[in-house]
Order: sequence, then structure tokens, then C-alpha cells
Amino acid sequence: MAVFPWHSRNRNYKAEFASCRLEAVPLEFGDYHPLKPITVTESKTKKVNRKGSTSSTSSSSSSSVVDPLSSVLDGTDPLSMFAATADPVALAAATDSSRRKRDRDDNSVVGSDFEPWANKRGEILARYTTTEKLSINLFMGSEKGKAGTATLAMSEKVRTRLEELDDFEEGSQKELLNLTQQDYVNRIEELNQSLKDAWASDQKVKALKIVIQCSKLLSDTSVIQFYPSKFVLITDILDTFGKLVYERIFSMCVDNRSVLPDHFSPENANDTAKETCLNWFFKIASIRELIPRFYVEASILKCNKFLSKTGISECLPRLTCMIRGIGDPLVSVYARAYLCRALLTEMMERCKKLGNNALLLNSVMSAFRAEFIATRSMDFIGMIKECDESGFPKHLLFRSLGLNLALADPPESDRLQILNEAWKVITKLKNPQDYINCAEVWVEYTCKHFTKREVNTVLADVIKHMTPDRAFEDSYPQLQLIIKKVIAHFHDFSVLFSVEKFLPFLDMFQKESVRVEVCKCIMDAFIKHQQEPTKDPVILNALLHVCKTMHDSVNALTLEDEKRMLSYLINGFIKMVSFGRDFEQQLSFYVESRSMFCNLEPVLVQLIHSVNRLAMETRKLMKGNHSRKTAAFVRACVAYCFITIPSLAGIFTRLNLYLHSGQVALANQCLSQADAFFKAAISLIPEVPKMINIDGKMRPSESFLLEFLCNFFSTLLIVPDHPEHGVLFLVRELLNVIQDYTWEDNSDEKIRIYTCVLHLLSAMSQETYLYHIDKVDSNDSLYGGDSKFLAENNKLCETVMAQILEHLKTLAKDEVKTLEYIKKQSKQPDMTHLTELALRLPLQTRT
Amino acid sequence: MGTALDIKIKRANKVYHAGEVLSGVVVISSKDSVQHQGVSLTMEGTVNLQLSAKSVGVFEAFYNSVKPIQIINSTIEMVKPGKFPSGKTEIPFEFPLHAKGNKVLYETYHGVFVNIQYTLRCDMRRSLLAKDLTKTCEFIVHSAPQKGKFTPSPVDFTITPETLQNVKERALLPKFLLRGHLNSTNCVITQPLTGELVVESSEAAIRSVELQLVRVETCGCAEGYARDATEIQNIQIADGDVCRGLSVPIYMVFPRLFTCPTLETTNFKVEFEVNIVVLLHPDHLITENFPLKLCRI
Repeated sequence: MAVFPWHSRNRNYKAEFASCRLEAVPLEFGDYHPLKPITVTESKTKKVNRKGSTSSTSSSSSSSVVDPLSSVLDGTDPLSMFAATADPVALAAATDSSRRKRDRDDNSVVGSDFEPWANKRGEILARYTTTEKLSINLFMGSEKGKAGTATLAMSEKVRTRLEELDDFEEGSQKELLNLTQQDYVNRIEELNQSLKDAWASDQKVKALKIVIQCSKLLSDTSVIQFYPSKFVLITDILDTFGKLVYERIFSMCVDNRSVLPDHFSPENANDTAKETCLNWFFKIASIRELIPRFYVEASILKCNKFLSKTGISECLPRLTCMIRGIGDPLVSVYARAYLCRALLTEMMERCKKLGNNALLLNSVMSAFRAEFIATRSMDFIGMIKECDESGFPKHLLFRSLGLNLALADPPESDRLQILNEAWKVITKLKNPQDYINCAEVWVEYTCKHFTKREVNTVLADVIKHMTPDRAFEDSYPQLQLIIKKVIAHFHDFSVLFSVEKFLPFLDMFQKESVRVEVCKCIMDAFIKHQQEPTKDPVILNALLHVCKTMHDSVNALTLEDEKRMLSYLINGFIKMVSFGRDFEQQLSFYVESRSMFCNLEPVLVQLIHSVNRLAMETRKLMKGNHSRKTAAFVRACVAYCFITIPSLAGIFTRLNLYLHSGQVALANQCLSQADAFFKAAISLIPEVPKMINIDGKMRPSESFLLEFLCNFFSTLLIVPDHPEHGVLFLVRELLNVIQDYTWEDNSDEKIRIYTCVLHLLSAMSQETYLYHIDKVDSNDSLYGGDSKFLAENNKLCETVMAQILEHLKTLAKDEVKTLEYIKKQSKQPDMTHLTELALRLPLQTRT
Repeated sequence: MGTALDIKIKRANKVYHAGEVLSGVVVISSKDSVQHQGVSLTMEGTVNLQLSAKSVGVFEAFYNSVKPIQIINSTIEMVKPGKFPSGKTEIPFEFPLHAKGNKVLYETYHGVFVNIQYTLRCDMRRSLLAKDLTKTCEFIVHSAPQKGKFTPSPVDFTITPETLQNVKERALLPKFLLRGHLNSTNCVITQPLTGELVVESSEAAIRSVELQLVRVETCGCAEGYARDATEIQNIQIADGDVCRGLSVPIYMVFPRLFTCPTLETTNFKVEFEVNIVVLLHPDHLITENFPLKLCRI
């Protein structure tokens, strides 16, 4: 076969680059640009807001493209209008927050707020719905009296007359039938509003009537699935009413001189306030019907505070008994629910009086709102202490209390005392299970409010309790929870590890799986919370220990996923370690890590990358001019990589790392080391298997190899030849390897690679190469366009070219087959375009 | 808005007892100065009796109303004719509460046929051109605590079809058994009426149980007397078919003004009763009556 002499085209990269590059044309202000209108209109919007001229629009309006967005932004845009007036939102937010603050204050005045009720409320409303028709029967007037007939029973007559008596203003009866649920809700909302209006316009009697009529609706259970929602809606009105009355009376106690304190005693309330309060109670006591009388009295029960200290707790049993009069069980249960909701504090007092009832106490603590419990923690501790141990174990009570304290904060002043009191009892628990169940809950509280000192004490106590008889073995879940809680509160790991008992605590996890789980939690928290790289020896030591534990758990049976997870965690740690400019320390850390984590390939990969990075940082620091010392250091880094890579299993990982590390070595002027990397890579190529496992699936490796080789070629362009080896010895070696590699039959990959080699060789024959590495002389400057070098180069090209042609020839042999195949294909309906090709092909062959 | 006249009684609840001193201020507020012919204050206490239409003919009832009995009546001249400066002027006053002659200061009571009421009236006389100004203000008199020890008088009761009187066809009545007690029929007016009611059994569903507070007013006159019972209030204590065997509380607050300690004088009497009214399905009405004796201690 004829040899085709090869001559590379001379390229002037600079000129080519200049000619290919798009010309940058400065844009005059008035010039058209498709992206321009938007920006211009934006400036216009601003102008409008400033009530300035719109002159700048003229330039954009001349453009043919009308941007729909810009037309929206035409100053009338609601958002920009908002921006212009700017502050209503902020204002609303401010008033909102102030209102919320006031609400909160009110709540503290009232003693127990309805906040969790607000959540519950929504739930109930969303859950209990109906499609049935509802009715509201509001009796506000006297028509019914006129409609009274002789057939009415005596009681009916009495009733009508009474209602007439009751009615001393604007009579009207509204019976609204066939309401949908939404209508109903709207009507109730209207009533709520008219209640507020009536109150505001000083029509107290009307307000009371509205409330009475509304609470009457609760006696109607006709659409039972809607009843819970109805209860919610109507008790909202009652709450409003209760609040209005309370606030009104409260405001009467406030004179110009002083404001009534939040927790006032009846003596502080003045006579007028008391009288008003009494009037309300007398008025309500004369409400004819049971259900409204109950609800309305319950709604304003807090006003008893103005009259007497014990008023509320005296009323409570009476109101509770009063519910017995309600015949309908559903209605009566809901009435009880309302009473409980309205009078949390007083319920509490009652429970207190019953005393000694541990079960009751526990129910209270688990059912009541955490904030409520938390503010009374000291009371609870007192009660728990007095409790009779026999019925219900105390540790469960302390556990319940602790659960509440984990959710809500007790008053600042009580906090330490609470902990002391509680722990005093907890520490005396003999049974390790009881102890740990209790302690586990209280750790959260301790972590939340105290410093490492207290946490340390608590941990020490836990260790003390759990160590005898290896009690910890039965309590891993609880101990794990404790660790989790501690970690959740100590984001600063230097503080965490300075808690003396933290590591001894970890030592209690002696079962490996649990131990690893705990380590994982710690590392997870570290990765999440550590913001800055660290070199704190305490952290490093502890975490290395933790990571080592995780690493050592890896064995032949460990799942890939698990390994990946562990590697991720360890890598996260490695990445966060920095000794700043103490590069040698950094390197020795990497050395130590390598010896520790040798079983996790991703960690080793990370280490190699980290070391390469270290080398590059050194270079950056020295601005490319290594001193004797840094040069030696960089060589140490390179050596680290060189000896680490062979221990990896993944073939492409190794290839790429060789290449990458070679590049780093080259960049750091370690030429012979770079050569070694590249040689290693080349000698590894024959080992590349046909198929490789990627994410559990076997795939052909050729495309990966092609990708790697192309990358490799790009690097080889700038690798200078070794003085003791022949010209282009690396390229030659690589070509040999490629030649010998067993490629897939009939595959074009090899030829593709050869064409890439042609690119490389052509680039190499240029006078000046396309790119260089700073301070490394590539072949272009070494040979300086030497003719012998060029001749060698061209010879190589010819050889490669010959290979390519050879391949084309074999393709031609198969031509007949190909033609038949194409003809066959072209008969298929979608492939008619191939017919033409089939006709043309034989012609080409003849020529 | 010209001149305003107002009486402010010192005690917020306006309650006074015989022998005490009723004090307060008269407030005159005006933008401009006020010319007047003198300001006087009158304290008056009367018992108004009225005969019911049932006892006498409708017309007679109006015309023959028994003459009001004056218990107390005194007037003081607060300010001599002159001029009040613009703004607010407060004139304090004090009235000793003493009944006329040997009369008794009955407790304030607002009833139907008997009304016992105490008022303060302030009159500002003015020149012919300007109208006289008057302001009336009611104050409340509570009678002195009763002497002697208060002894509760509990009452137990059982209601069955057999205990009922005034039944047309006893056979048609459903069977039922109600038990209960009132803690006392001697009641302290400031304390609620209390007790318990248990529905032990009832064939018919219960619709409602109510406490009906009734006033019994008796007016004596030359030809005899008129006695009328009217309802003061009706309080439902059970709504619907209540649980059997579970006691339902009987609880009723005595309304202020509409009740007073049981009163018996030569001319009139005011007494109170309570009815326990049980309504059964479909349409049975059972009433049990208990006379009460109210007192103030």
C-alpha cells in the first residue's frame, strides 16, 4: 500500500483566533438592541415613580419589538405601584406584629391563651364538613309572640311571653333555611362582626343577645357531621364576647394614675368595675335556656377575677355539674370541651387540690399545652414530689414534665432550680431503664438552657448510672437520643468536644452497629454546622477517632451504599480540615488519614485530590517559582499521589488520577515525576477491560477510554520530551499500546483515536503551540522547529494515516454487504430516502 | 347641648341601709355660665300598690289604685339662686336615711302590683325663658340584716304520677319517678337557691326541667285583699332527655331588684315561691310548688 507523506498545515493560532472572534461593537445609546427595551423601560419606571420626564422612553419606543413585560411595567404595574408607595406592607407588618404582641400580652393576662386552639380550630374546620343544608334560627324579636296560637302548650305560652319580656329592642326573628356550609360560615362571621359592632357602639344588650342566640345554635345537632365545625365557629364568637367583656372591665380598673398589673387581685379592682362585672353575672344568671346560659357564663368566667380570688374555682364545679342538665350527649360533651378550653388554669388548680393523683397529673402533663405546663414547672415538681408513688411511678411523671419542657421554655428565673429539683429525683432512680427513660428527656432541656458545664454533669451522671452491669447495653436507643440532642444544641464542635464526658459517653456504645450510627450522626452534624475549616487539635483528634470508628466498621459484607455514605461523611471531615499556611502539617494529616481510611476508595480519591490541591496552592503561594524547600514539598505531594493511586481499584479512577496528578506535577515543574505518571497511565491502558461496571450495570468501556485518551492527548501536546528517550517517546508508547489493545471487532473507536492522534501530531508540528504551562518548556521551544523533529513527527503521522486507510479498506470489503443492507432498509416505509443512497453507492465504487 | 345636670351617688352599687348617710355630688356642667333660681335635692321613698285587673274591674284597677305610701321624703335647698360658672361644678350632698315617723324603710322591690322605690331628684329652677332642669336617680335600700339565727330548712321531694294533684286522667300519664331536694326553702337573698334533682326513671322522654321563680303579691284594701302570683323568671336546668340517676343541680340566683326579703305589712305582702316544672314528651307539664322565705343576713 502506498505511503502518503504527511505535511501538517502551519497554523497561526493568534491570527485565527482574531479572525474567528466576533467583533465587539460598542453600542451607542440610541442604537437598537433586541435586549435593550427591557432595561430601558425599567429606568423609565423609576422615572415615573419619581414623577420625572419620560424622555428616555423615546429611544426604546422606536424599537420595533414591543416587549410584553416592559409594557406591564409601565408604571401602572401594581407591584411597582406598591414599590412606589412602598410602605403599606411594612406598615401592615408592623401593626400586625404589634397586634400579635398585644395578643400575647392579653394571653398572659388571661392566664392561658388559645394559641394551640388556633391550630386545632383550623383542623376541625377542615375536617368536619358537610354538603347537607343547614339552618340558622335566630330569634331576636317578638313576631313569634304574635304568632302564638291557642294550641300552644302551657309551657310554650310561658316561653313566648318570657321571650317577649326579654325582648326590649328591635324585634326580629330570622330563620335561615337551606344554607350551604359556606353560607353558614359567612352568616356566623357576620354575626361575629355585628357583635363587635354592637359592642363598639355601646349596645351591650344587643351584643349579649347575639351571643345568646348564637350559643343556642349549639343545641341543634341536626347535621351532626358539621357539629364540630359549628362548635368552633360559635365558640369563636363566645371567645370574642368574653374578651370584649373582660377588656371592658379591665379598662374600667385603669385610671389615669396606674395600670392594673397583669396578675391583679380583686382588691385592685375598683367598685365600678366590680359592679359592672356583677351586673353581667346577674344578667347571665337570668338567661332562660340552659345551653346559652352555660356557654355565656363560661365565656366570661374569667371576669370572676375582678370579684374574688377564688371565684373561678368555685364556679367551675358548678358549671361542670350544670352540664349534666344537657340531655343530648354530643352537646354536653362539647360543652365540657368548651369549659376545659376556657379554663385551663382553673382546671389545673382543681387537679392540684385533688392531689396525690399521679395518673391525673400525668394526663394533665400529656394533654395540656407545653407552654402552660412549662410556666408552672415548679408547681408541677412540687406536686410530683408529693405524689403517692404506689399508683403511678414518679419517673414517668418526670418524663412527662421533661417532654413539656423540651417543647416550651419555663420562666428564666426558675430554670436552674427546675433542673436541680428534677435531677435530684432522677438521679435517685434505681432501675437503669427508668433512669434512662427519664434522663433522656431531660437532656434536651439541659442542652437548651444551660452551658457545657451542666451538660457535662448530666452526661457524667448518665455514665455513672448506665455503666454498672453494662446497663447501657439495653438502652442504646435512649443513649443515642441523648447524643443526638446534645449534638443538636452544640453546633460549635470545639465546645462539644471540650465537654469532658462526651467521649467517655461515646465509649458506652460498644455494639458496633450502634457505635457507627452515633458516629454518623456526629459527622453529619459536623458537616452541616461547621462553617469554617478548622485545625483545632481537640476537634481533629476526636473526629479522627470518630471517622476511624466508621471506617473500621467496613468489612467484606458492607453494602456499597453504606460505604458511599461513610465515605461522604469522612470526606466532609477531610475537606473541613485546614492548617492554613502550615502545608507540611496539612500533608502529614493527609498521610495519617490515608493510613487510617485505606479501605474506603472514595476517601483515598479525595485525599489525592486534596494533596494535588495542596501542591497547586503551594505553587500559587510561590507564584510559580518554587524555592528549594517548596520544590521538595511539592515533590513529596507528588510522591504521595504516585504511591496512593495504585492502591485504588477503579481503573478509570486510576487513569484519570494519573493524568490529573501528572498535570499537577508538570505544573509544578516536576518533569520526571510527570513522565512517571504518564508512563504509569500508558502502561495501565492495556488493563482496561472491555466492559466496566457502572452503577451496577455492565457497560462497554470504549467510550470512556476514548474520552480519557483525548484528554490525555491534550496534555501530551505540552509534555516536553525526555532528553534520554527518543523523540515523542510518550506518544509512541501510547500508540503502541493503542495498537496492541484488543478493540471490539469492526469498531471505529481505534480509528477515531487515530484521527485524534493526527490532531495531536499536527498541533505538535506547529512552530508555537496552542497553549503552554507557565515555566515549562514544551517541545516547540525545545526543538525550535527542528527539521529532524518535524520529520519524525511526519513519519508518525504517516504511520497513523496508513492505519486509518487500512481500516477504510476493510470497510470497503464489506461494501457489498453494506449495500444490500441499505437496500433492504430502504424498502421500509420510513426509509425511502435511503433508496437514493443505494443507487449512488455502486457508482462510487466503480470510480 | 346646653346645661347638663347629673347626680352621682358615692357608692357604685347605690346600695344603702337605714340609718346610713346617702352621699354624693350633683354635677352641673355647661359651656357657658348658668343663671338659676336655686337648686334643690329631694329624696323620696314610696310604696306603690296597684290592684290587678283580675281582682277588680279593668277600669277600677286604674282608678282605684291604692294610694302610694310614702316612707321617706325630704328636700334640701342645695344652692341659692345665682349663677354657676362655665365648666363643671360639683356640689356634694349628704342625706341621713331615716324613715318618716314610725315607718320602716322597706327594701327596694320592683314588682308588678307592689313597687318599692327610692329616688333622688335634683331640680334646678330657672328663669321663665329657660326650662327647669330635673334629674332623677334611683338608689337602692337594703333592709337591715334580720335578727336571729338563720336556720336552713331543707326539703326532700319525690314526684310520681301518684303525687300529682289536679290531674284529669291519671291513666294517661306516663310513669316517672323524680327525686330531689332543695337545700333550704329559707333562702338568703344574696345566695342562690340550690338543690338537686334526679330523674330516677321516666317512660316518656324529658323535654325540659325548669325553675320558675314566682312572686306572690297581696294588696290589702277595705273590701278584702287581692293576691296575685306572677312569674319573675324561669331558668332551665335541664334541656332534653337527661341521664337517669344522675343528679342535675338546682341552682338559681335571685335577681336583684325583682326580689326582696319576704315582706309582710298591714297593707301589703310580698312573698316568693319556686315551681319545679318538668316537661315530658309529648306534652305533659308537671309542676311542683315550693314556697320560699327570703331573708337578708
